[in-house]
Amino acid sequence: MSTTWAYISNYLVYSSMAVFTIAFIAHAYETAFAVRAPHLADSAQGNLRTKTFDYTRTEKVARVATAMMILGFLLLFAGVIARGISAGRVPWGNMYEFSITGALAFSGAYLAALRKYDLRWLGLLVSISVLLTLGTAVAVLYRPSAPLVPALKSTWLVIHVSAAIISGGVFLLANVIAGAYLILDSMENKGGRAPWAKRLPSLEVLDQLSYRLVAFVFPLWTFAVIAGAIWAESAWGRYWGWDPKETWAFITWVAYAAYLHARVTIGWRGRRAAWLCIFAGSTFLFNYIYVNIWGTGKHTYSGL
Amino acid sequence: MKDNAPEIGTVGLLRFAWRQLTSMRTALVLLMMLGVAAIPGSLIPQRSQNPMAVSAMFTDSPTKALWYDRFSLFDVYASPWFSAIYILLFISLIGCVLPRAFEHYKAARALPPVTPKNLSRMEFHEEWNGKGDELEIAREWFKKNRFRVRELNGSISAEKGFTRETGNLFFHLALVLILVGVSLGSLFGMRGDAIVNVGERFINTSTSYDSLTFGKLFGEKSLSPFSINVDRFQGKYDPVTNSPQDYTLWVTVKESPDSQPIKNIVKVNSPLTFGSTRVYLQANGYSPIVTVRDSIGNVAFQGPVPFLPQDANLSSTGAIKAPDATPQLGFVGSFFPTIGRASQGGGISVFPEALDPKLFLSAWTGNLGLDNGNPQSVYRINTDVMKKIGLKSLSPGETYTFPEGSITFETFVPWVNLQVVRDPGKSYALLGGIVAILGLLASLFTRRRRIWVSVIKKNVEIAGLAKNAAPGLEEEIAQLARALGREK
Repeated sequence: MSTTWAYISNYLVYSSMAVFTIAFIAHAYETAFAVRAPHLADSAQGNLRTKTFDYTRTEKVARVATAMMILGFLLLFAGVIARGISAGRVPWGNMYEFSITGALAFSGAYLAALRKYDLRWLGLLVSISVLLTLGTAVAVLYRPSAPLVPALKSTWLVIHVSAAIISGGVFLLANVIAGAYLILDSMENKGGRAPWAKRLPSLEVLDQLSYRLVAFVFPLWTFAVIAGAIWAESAWGRYWGWDPKETWAFITWVAYAAYLHARVTIGWRGRRAAWLCIFAGSTFLFNYIYVNIWGTGKHTYSGL
Repeated sequence: MKDNAPEIGTVGLLRFAWRQLTSMRTALVLLMMLGVAAIPGSLIPQRSQNPMAVSAMFTDSPTKALWYDRFSLFDVYASPWFSAIYILLFISLIGCVLPRAFEHYKAARALPPVTPKNLSRMEFHEEWNGKGDELEIAREWFKKNRFRVRELNGSISAEKGFTRETGNLFFHLALVLILVGVSLGSLFGMRGDAIVNVGERFINTSTSYDSLTFGKLFGEKSLSPFSINVDRFQGKYDPVTNSPQDYTLWVTVKESPDSQPIKNIVKVNSPLTFGSTRVYLQANGYSPIVTVRDSIGNVAFQGPVPFLPQDANLSSTGAIKAPDATPQLGFVGSFFPTIGRASQGGGISVFPEALDPKLFLSAWTGNLGLDNGNPQSVYRINTDVMKKIGLKSLSPGETYTFPEGSITFETFVPWVNLQVVRDPGKSYALLGGIVAILGLLASLFTRRRRIWVSVIKKNVEIAGLAKNAAPGLEEEIAQLARALGREK
């Protein structure tokens, strides 16, 4: 019974990877072929930068790409659920499960933001990141489905880990956008955006967007840390013990708090804010990768 | 006059220092420093979490360890420099938040500022010819949307979004409350560990503990007088992966010597609670029960001896000491709950449950060194001055006989490590955490903005101003304009 569900889950995860690959190719096609060769008149003047865009040419492909992203998300969602059924618990017991759920949260954050903002240009980066995460999960982190160790048997697992994973997905999305900001900013400083980058939103929009994502999810991250503290109090006998994972969760919290203060109170914008945002996001990633795999302490559930 | 100058200078200097400390930039730098200062504690072993790794560093590289220790790198979170950063940060925070709280209180009670003369300079300005009843409609609209208003000379000045600053202030004050809760816990709290064999009773007095630390202001007398009978313990393990699935501990507790005994169950995520003291199930292992006899056959020692687990399959090591035998006898032992074939010599456990238990012993005779008063570990024997008798592996019921006496491996019982924690500050910290989140939500999701409407001889003007360039005001003003009958 449980092995059947584990197989179903694996197939669903593999299928979602195939679909995300199609989405990636479609996004790559769309990015590459929306650019037209320079008009003869312009090339005659030696002005190679004046390329024109014709989104109608790639509109269909772009729609396919987004549709594939949604399909991939749904397949992955089903895969995560099936994994949970196979283990008879929420699927957050080891690093393979954290990774597939993290990829789900990241693609979900992208699709949710896509409803409100024109973020289709980001699809290329999102699909490749999701593919890399899932690839690593399947190839390196995979562990057979198994029940939880006693310390994880708690309702707080659902509350604490879901809040942490959703926060992580949104933080990373903000990071990708801040990264795009820095790349586009240096392009503009060197004389103008490359043709493929011309369709991307203005620097102000990117700057605002990464800020809004962080401001939106910072309370959730605060909640994730506090929920973890409440859980630690009942499982480990103390609500805060400077365990490496706790320490890095605190560092991430402090870094994003600094980012919000720098923006709202001192008025940092642009490059400095983007770097601070990326720094804060990297502390989250460091916590996820380093502390889970090589770290000591009580949060080592990677199963590696 | 000149005599007064230095004094003014000192006051001025202090005032300058205070202003610097409570400035936003300083707070931000301190916040970043706090984050950076927390890093070493996650990379270098800490005494509070992993004292074994710390002493291992002192053995392996003493010079490095000594220098680390001089900079409190083994106690980062209690170190002077870490404390200095967070204390300065909190002073800075309080110095920043308190004046703002007073200001906010005054502003919340004051009327909105008078409508500016030139509305066209404000954001989202619109102007049209109306019917003349716009002011009444606007008044209703502001009331419905819960704006604070001030009317003067045919204009309304309306303001909304004070919750933003209220939430912001509550968030920061809640952080102070969390710090208070943490300090109360470390001043008035206690934490202790005790290994208790199944079948034994734990009485909450300081002598029952294997290790016990008190807060600076917590006395031994404040230990609550409960006792716990450890009736039964069960560990369930996955037969394929050997990983633990469930631990259950059955106990009988008495809140005080006179109260009724109550049966209870302790699990990893559900500790026992006695007021602000909680008792946690933190670890478990096995105690072989042995009988040691001397050469004449007199019992020199009898009872369970807790062995410490060395791996996930609960291969455990320990020491059995019989100082009453003549000559003294000591046994260095390993216990394997389920013995497996080891590639060379020694034993190995292949499963954490006791399915095929074996006790490996090396017997020693001579001076155990217990009489010179130096404290020594109950899990180890210093065999330097002792003579080796021999080696033996025993199953339950078996006896190893040698010229100086004998040892019988009768049976075994599980032991549990009870962790007793008293933390009177945690409810304050929890309250602080809840208020912090609510304050954060209020401050991040409300927008402070002003809207003005002025109607002079049917000439309607409308404009607004958003603090911190908060979005959405344009839409809100457009809504108001539609309500006022503006046609587009």
